[in-house]
Amino acid sequence: MKKYLSTLIICLVLAVFFVVVQLGINNGFITGYWVTNLYLVGINVILASSLNLINGFTGEFSLGHAGFMAVGAYSGAIITANLGLPFPLAVIVGMLAAGLTGVLVGLPTLRLRGDYLAIATLGFGEIVRVVLMNIDYVGGASGLRDIPFVVNWPIIFFSVVLSLLLIRNFICSSHGRACLSVRENDLAAEMMGINITYYKVLAFVIGAALAGLAGVLYAHYYTVLQPRDFSFMLTFDVLVMVMVGGLGSLTGSVVGAVLITVASAFLQSIPELRMVIYALLLIISAVFRPQGLLGEKEVSLKILQKLGGVFNGAVGSKQTH
Amino acid sequence: MALLAVNKLTKAFGGLVALNNFVLEMEKGELVGLIGPNGAGKTTVFNLLTGLYQPTSGNIVFEGRDLRGKHPHQITKMGIARTFQNIRLFGNLSVLDNVKIAHQVVINYGLIPAFLRIPPFYRREGEIEKAALELMEIFDLKKYAHEKAKNLPYGEQRRLEITRALATKPKLLLLDEPAAGMNPQETYDLLELIKWIRDEFDLTIILIEHDMSLVMGLCERVLVLDYGSLIAEGTPQEIQQNPRVIEAYLGDEEVAAWEE
Ligand SMILES: Nc1ncnc2c1ncn2[C@@H]1O[C@H](COP(=O)(O)OP(=O)(O)OP(=O)(O)O)[C@@H](O)[C@H]1O
Ligand SMILES: [Mg+2]
Repeated sequence: MKKYLSTLIICLVLAVFFVVVQLGINNGFITGYWVTNLYLVGINVILASSLNLINGFTGEFSLGHAGFMAVGAYSGAIITANLGLPFPLAVIVGMLAAGLTGVLVGLPTLRLRGDYLAIATLGFGEIVRVVLMNIDYVGGASGLRDIPFVVNWPIIFFSVVLSLLLIRNFICSSHGRACLSVRENDLAAEMMGINITYYKVLAFVIGAALAGLAGVLYAHYYTVLQPRDFSFMLTFDVLVMVMVGGLGSLTGSVVGAVLITVASAFLQSIPELRMVIYALLLIISAVFRPQGLLGEKEVSLKILQKLGGVFNGAVGSKQTH
Repeated sequence: MALLAVNKLTKAFGGLVALNNFVLEMEKGELVGLIGPNGAGKTTVFNLLTGLYQPTSGNIVFEGRDLRGKHPHQITKMGIARTFQNIRLFGNLSVLDNVKIAHQVVINYGLIPAFLRIPPFYRREGEIEKAALELMEIFDLKKYAHEKAKNLPYGEQRRLEITRALATKPKLLLLDEPAAGMNPQETYDLLELIKWIRDEFDLTIILIEHDMSLVMGLCERVLVLDYGSLIAEGTPQEIQQNPRVIEAYLGDEEVAAWEE
């Protein structure tokens, strides 16, 4: 009973937020610059939370998010811009393409122990960029143009909510626990009957597919794609969001993505300073809160639990049962 | 047919032969002790039995099936579980989650129910939780259900490792120095627990111990390893009088405990 009540309240809060923002956009209360940044926040929340699934929850270290995002963006854009097919198909194809690429990159590297993944994914990201630059079908270095402008607030909102819901459901399931056990002690996990290669690849592929989704959204908002949009700096940005928010905290990734995106929006005119601030943020969080702002905690649960005690054991019980 | 038949099992690391022509047959329900000085190859036997190492030569047959080429997680599903000499819990996860994870070999559900939270998810999760809590109740760990595993006292961590191993519903349980680092009272309680587990869960157990005196009171049969070779096998009384065993342990600090 309590469980339904808390779900209802979360839905209500989200609905109000959705409507208020939509009204703000309609009335011009939220100006064009901030609409762009709002959508960027959404895209970054998807990127950060999906990278966290790999790096924070499963304990692998991937540096390939820009690459997967590029695969999603370009394959989605081909569907709409080059082939003239509808946007929902672009979402499906973009996610599938990124996910499949995830299998191809992950399967050979994740079965090895150690940090091969970081090196392999770093290389993968660069390869994607160079390859895209040399394919005329997608515009080469000058980029892919005339992608239909489709993305609006409802599309961003529901993409973010669905992504977070899927990741949350995954983590709070037996499959998510298996991923956590791989992070905690892969040898013991194996001895408990967990197929650790399967779970590493699974988390990696889900993360890659969601990065692909972020790419499709990005493509259909900016309507132009250039290979250099997907440089290593993008992966680094997302990594900072995850680290600042807390490895292994989903709400942390949301907070991290919002903070960093808003901060860089304010620092738009002085891009050099942006990197300095990032570095400082990373150092500060490494020194004072190495576990990130939220550590492994999930903020909504705690706050809701404390709210009047009515919800005691309601949302919290989902995590621990 | 024997539950476990180990046939001329050999494991070499480069030039070092960690285990040499090891032979063992076990019937269902037996409790066998495996002892030997430091570096004798005891843990290597467990690593081979659980598929962590592949043998250099020889083979292992469990319930009539050859284990060669099987992955550790497949062997766990077949019914062999173990604990580790150095505790290997999922330290940052709750005690309950530690046990739940081990239950997944027995009860699980697909990805679709996990993502979409359709009824099988709730049903199976409920079953997993119920089974985990029941087992934790038996081992007096229920009160720690929501503690992080790494925050448990040392003795409780050892007990959690055994609980977690039992959650995979094994037929053969391998315990690697479960009493290491425990005080005499804790050790005594643990040995009583092991005897009780064997009967209650209908198990076959191999127990590695460094300290011989512990094994003597507990096992019907004891195997002694030294430098990778099986140097003696028999009842505790036979082992205690075996001159080769006494020699192997001579010069070892164990002798003191041994002669008492
Ligand atoms: N992975 C490995 N690589 C190289 N040598 C190994 C490896 N595993 C074990 N050994 C060696 O094999 C020998 C037997 O080791 P093992 O761990 O089986 O001993 P043990 O009887 O369990 O000793 P202890 O009582 O100290 O736990 C040792 O000399 C050890 O150094
Ligand atoms: Mg050992």
